[in-house]
Amino acid sequence: MDIEKSELKRCVLLTPHGRIDSATAPELQKEINETTEEGNYKLVLDFSDVDFISSAGLWVLVNAQKKCKRFNRGEVVLANVPERIHDALDLAGFIPYFKMFEDSTTAVGSF
Amino acid sequence: METATFPGNYYSLEAIRNFYKSGAEQAGLDEKAVYEVQLAVDEAASNIIDHAYGGENLGKIECSYRASNGELEIIIRDFGKPFDPGLVNSPDLQKNLNNRKVRGLGLHFMNSLMDSVEFSFNGHGGNILTMVKSHASQLNCI
Repeated sequence: MDIEKSELKRCVLLTPHGRIDSATAPELQKEINETTEEGNYKLVLDFSDVDFISSAGLWVLVNAQKKCKRFNRGEVVLANVPERIHDALDLAGFIPYFKMFEDSTTAVGSF
Repeated sequence: METATFPGNYYSLEAIRNFYKSGAEQAGLDEKAVYEVQLAVDEAASNIIDHAYGGENLGKIECSYRASNGELEIIIRDFGKPFDPGLVNSPDLQKNLNNRKVRGLGLHFMNSLMDSVEFSFNGHGGNILTMVKSHASQLNCI
């Protein structure tokens, strides 16, 4: 899975491409871990080019949120969430855990 | 009845989703229902790899379907440990972030997305999972 990473002034924007399932979720996990290990806990995940996510991918998001919110040091916010991905977040009961924005510019501006 | 066998590893998941996507389209399911079928079979196959086999490349996953007008019957078979869905706790969807535990979502997804989900274990015949998806989308009902 290809993941674009942009280090911005106030946050880091991650844009994964393709599917996030048990095969590819570890790649997203690795990228998020590297980002937080660099001291960045304010993350925007842009889902505009994600066409599938399973529970394995959803857990990566939840674990990232737990890590980033710890000590009030940051937060993971989501942008451009397609309807099917939103449905999966809803089914998992994960909607309350994430702020969602219609586009990545607004999401970045939220920090 | 269409049948295909896949190695039990995570790289098979995309092929398994595509196999059932074809079936769902043959059955005439709408786009949302086709996606829900793909999500349910992904969760089923991931559970087989993680729990029935306990890891990747330890067994095969036999996938079959029967597509009729507006209905898709899915049969997924593995030869791993017996699976008893009664032993899996339902996830508590109301828990706050820090108390949510990894596990239990796959079966919840399958039960929510499909019209029926049944497991049986046949000794050396392994676990047989039968799921049915009909024309109407399930998520609208939640």
